[in-house]
Amino acid sequence: MAKILKNREILLVIAIAALLVAITLRFPGFVAPANLARVYNDTSILIILALGQMAVILTRCIDLSMAANLALCGMVAAMINAAFPGVPIPLVILVVVALGALLGSINGLLVWKLDIPPIVVTLGTLTIYRGTIFLLSNGAWINAHQMSDAFKALPRAPLAGLPVLSWLSVLAIAAVYLLMTRTPVGRAFFAVGGNPHAAVYTGIDVGRTRFLAYCLSGALAGLSGYLWVSRYAVAYVDIAAGFELDIIAACVIGGISIAGGIGSVPGAVLGALFLGVIKNALPVVNISPFAQLAISGTVIIIAVAVNARTEKRKGRVILKKAEAV
Amino acid sequence: MAEARLSPRVIPDRLQSRGSRVLKSWESLLLVVAVLIFTINSFASPYFLDPWNLSDATFNFTEKAMIAFAMALVIISGEIDLSVASIIALSSTAMGLAVTMGADTPMLVVVGLGTGLLCGAVNGLLITGLGLPSIVVTIGTMSLFRGLSFIILGDQAFTGYPASFAYFGQGYVWWVFSFEFALFVLFALIYSVLLHKTNFGRAVYAIGNNQTAALFSGVRVGRVKFILFLLTGLMAGIASICLTSRLGSTRPSIALGVELEVVTMVVLGGVSILGGSGTIPGVVLAAFIMGMVTFGFGLLNVPGIVMSIFIGVLLISVIALPILWARARRRVAH
Amino acid sequence: MHSLDLYISNSITPVDCLLLQETTTSRMKPAIALEDISKSFPGVRALSGVSLRLYPGTVTALIGENGAGKSTLVKILTGIYQPEGGVIRVDGEETHFPTALSAAHAGVTAIHQETVLFDDLSIAENIFLGHAPRNRFGLIDWKKLNGDARELLRRVGAEIDPTIRLRDLGIANKHMVAIARALSIDASVVIMDEPTAALSHKEIHELYELIDRLKADGKAILFISHKFDEIFRIADRYTVFRDGGMVGEGLIADVTQDQLVKMMVGRDVGQVFPKVDVAIGEPVLTVSGYRHPTEFEDINFELRRGEILGFYGLIGAGRSEFMQSLIGITRPSAGAVKLNGDVLVIRSPAEAIEAGIVYVPEERGRQGAIIGLPIFQNVTLPSLHRTSRSGFLKLANEFALAREYTQRLDLRAASLDQDVGTLSGGNQQKVVIAKWLATQPKVIILDEPTKGIDIGSKAAVHAFMSELAGQGLSVIMVSSEIPEIMGMADRVIVMREGRIVGRFERSELTAEKLVRAAAGIAEAA
Repeated sequence: MAKILKNREILLVIAIAALLVAITLRFPGFVAPANLARVYNDTSILIILALGQMAVILTRCIDLSMAANLALCGMVAAMINAAFPGVPIPLVILVVVALGALLGSINGLLVWKLDIPPIVVTLGTLTIYRGTIFLLSNGAWINAHQMSDAFKALPRAPLAGLPVLSWLSVLAIAAVYLLMTRTPVGRAFFAVGGNPHAAVYTGIDVGRTRFLAYCLSGALAGLSGYLWVSRYAVAYVDIAAGFELDIIAACVIGGISIAGGIGSVPGAVLGALFLGVIKNALPVVNISPFAQLAISGTVIIIAVAVNARTEKRKGRVILKKAEAV
Repeated sequence: MAEARLSPRVIPDRLQSRGSRVLKSWESLLLVVAVLIFTINSFASPYFLDPWNLSDATFNFTEKAMIAFAMALVIISGEIDLSVASIIALSSTAMGLAVTMGADTPMLVVVGLGTGLLCGAVNGLLITGLGLPSIVVTIGTMSLFRGLSFIILGDQAFTGYPASFAYFGQGYVWWVFSFEFALFVLFALIYSVLLHKTNFGRAVYAIGNNQTAALFSGVRVGRVKFILFLLTGLMAGIASICLTSRLGSTRPSIALGVELEVVTMVVLGGVSILGGSGTIPGVVLAAFIMGMVTFGFGLLNVPGIVMSIFIGVLLISVIALPILWARARRRVAH
Repeated sequence: MHSLDLYISNSITPVDCLLLQETTTSRMKPAIALEDISKSFPGVRALSGVSLRLYPGTVTALIGENGAGKSTLVKILTGIYQPEGGVIRVDGEETHFPTALSAAHAGVTAIHQETVLFDDLSIAENIFLGHAPRNRFGLIDWKKLNGDARELLRRVGAEIDPTIRLRDLGIANKHMVAIARALSIDASVVIMDEPTAALSHKEIHELYELIDRLKADGKAILFISHKFDEIFRIADRYTVFRDGGMVGEGLIADVTQDQLVKMMVGRDVGQVFPKVDVAIGEPVLTVSGYRHPTEFEDINFELRRGEILGFYGLIGAGRSEFMQSLIGITRPSAGAVKLNGDVLVIRSPAEAIEAGIVYVPEERGRQGAIIGLPIFQNVTLPSLHRTSRSGFLKLANEFALAREYTQRLDLRAASLDQDVGTLSGGNQQKVVIAKWLATQPKVIILDEPTKGIDIGSKAAVHAFMSELAGQGLSVIMVSSEIPEIMGMADRVIVMREGRIVGRFERSELTAEKLVRAAAGIAEAA
């Protein structure tokens, strides 16, 4: 039992299940498969972003610029579509993913080559990226009628019972899972965060690994930019403002240690789902949607306290009799 | 060895005179930059040198700078407080709520300061009591405090502050000198003394340079850090009173993103983001520089969001340039 | 008891080390050779023109005091640092190691102390990180990886489940994992940096057996150690460094311990301890029934005025942990402390300092000196309440206090305003001791006071310790160095695995007794 409680993924599954049960008691329709699918779809973008943030946090860094990156890429996607409706949507996606990766790589380069603390770099780029949206759009909105139907339809298009948006997040989960568990780069993320000094001796370039983590988070933010703008059919300077906090919250809830080196893809996904369920349940159980921010904040604090407790280093056991193993 | 050569039996207190040290400091560089910007601005716009215009310009930075003084101490001690803007929002909301319940101006000040202190105590307890990393805790309380404002206010706004309350953000002490500016000067002095002339300030530096060794040396690390978070909370409360008084209304989105500007001001002022070094005079100069640049842009009709790009670039380049400079110098030396 | 014999053997035959030459010249080709390597850091010349040759199937011991340049050399060998001058040859070919990876590819691997593995990764992954087996899609093949890891662990004689986290292993097993890693990259050169520092007696012997096996496999081994018994047990050749230069090399069979020590320190071995006989007074500090759930138990002792009480034991015996609980860093689960007859409750170092008990910690860089602050501010930090007036600093008082104590300790520095980080290790230690002395304590606990500092500073610290005892201060000296314990202590308490296992008066003190008690070996019949 104690062992189960120590496993963050199982703990989260239990917590989410308990949450669902509690909501169902007041509103049985919430757990209907169609509604659960809707909740998942609604959380898809957060899941994709949390995967990128996870990679960055694993390397002992943080990316506060993800939401701004998303907004900038979303604006660029919308502007391309508005100006050249004929450009195929996959190409648009490719462009914004590349742009997102480029913006991420700027963070990565500053952290890698200049050794500037990640929080400072991404606080700075956060405002720069947001400001750039204003420079590009002159503060104007791009509304639904300026976007082509294909642009708006893609995330909504049903495919085997689920919208493409949901499938894209499933795809992202699978891809990042493979990357994290089965490739040297993925393992390097863990190594760099777990023990940067040791990583150097193992032949891992710490700075380069961090750079790659930022490229990944940037690329996923770029993808999310298109998804966000097409799903809500609007692009303006302030979309997803403050969303970087939700992304970090999802990671912290998912058991990804802010000190680096500890975390998992299922953890990040479940952390995002936990927030997604809460967000979707609020209107159902008649709590003002304005409460969501406060709830996220509370959950972040509780999660970081729980993380700190589980990560607490076991003291060195000197007395032999007290040694368990 | 090198050390043996310059090893007199009686060790002098100082090798460099204080004067030469001041000349080589980051602060003197800031001073030069400030004078430069002042000169450029006065040529760029004929309205710049008007005393009343300059006085208006001080409102660009006084509230942020008051928080920046406390933030400088927090950052020197190796921590950070990202929740300050949200504390402003919550304090303002609390004052708005108090107004609807019929509070008068002195009561509003008590509510504003009390809310700030309470928020600071929450941060302090979580960070020093439970030993949690300040960056995540204050990201959490950043959403929590502003979230509470949203719960209380929704999409509404509080207005109807008593007329006497307007003094804090709109009143003038003498001629062009506003109450806020006077407060800014006062706190600049108080924090300079606190950081540079007291045992408490020394403890802050010691903790920021080596927390473990400071603890072993009898510094009460937990207590000092708790006080620091109380201070940022208090200063955010004071800033909230000034800002609310100046705007005359409270919305939950008040002071959004101010934490970034405060941190930028502190770092620009020469405080190491990694902790351990920095001065209050540096932060004061940084406040003037940022205020004048914002004012100058304003006179040239540059929109606010573009100014935020400038602040972001400033934040990164202020840290990057010394690194690049040192590298370039090393390359020349080789 | 081969090791004990060497500890105790005392036959000094002064031989001029310069005349010492290899009697047999190896005809083997070195697996790796460093020639005329130089490396300097700002203000310090770490290595000047050193050479080192490691031969296949041979263990070469690298000997030198702390600061002699050993770790710099290891970092050059493993591609972490780039030398400024000199040549590295692998199998006779001139090579460069621009990165750690290139050194690994050339077959050089290092087994460091604790720090170099990943606590939160599995054992198998620790072994294969950076060169994991892949399947045909280029993805990491975990099944093969775990299987191979199991096989490697069996080869080094450690039957552990490769899928558990490294965090859950003891230090000895972590070493086995590090060695398995060396085998996994098929290294031809294995560097072992103080591998036995934290191992038990039994574990050390297992390590010896493993090294013998690695030798038989034809690996060239560089063995860095401070313990002469193990050097003579395990090494075939030796290289001695002093002050960044190489001062001798040859076959272990041709040299004695005393000759090595002489090369190492560059002067005669007979270290004289400035022990002064002091009239020992009444008990000052009484500790009874001190215990902690995992670190120590049943600690009872008295410390008297003017006494130097030595605490001896192997590293990890719980001495530092106990001392730190005495000053309130950790909380004991039971126990009482009396100072001059009054019961004390100490919850923080601040309270300990107030009560007059100070602790000079072992880890100078982490717990002692505050690098980044000037010397005088380091010295006055715990005494600020005395130098200041109602909370406001008085710089003149601070400088006066700092001047007084740094002069008493014979500090060498350019000015008191200088960052303590610019001082050498020995001078930093003087600042750290001055800091705690300036609080005018009644009891001073010195934890490994001369660890990692040069001989001159060591002597100064020892002399000062005697002076303090002479002035009626009570001193506890935690030390793992037998000569220091024997030279300085009036009485010795030996700890092992968190318990007191021996108490000796100065008159009955022998090295053999100390080592036996600390290692838990029964008295020889």
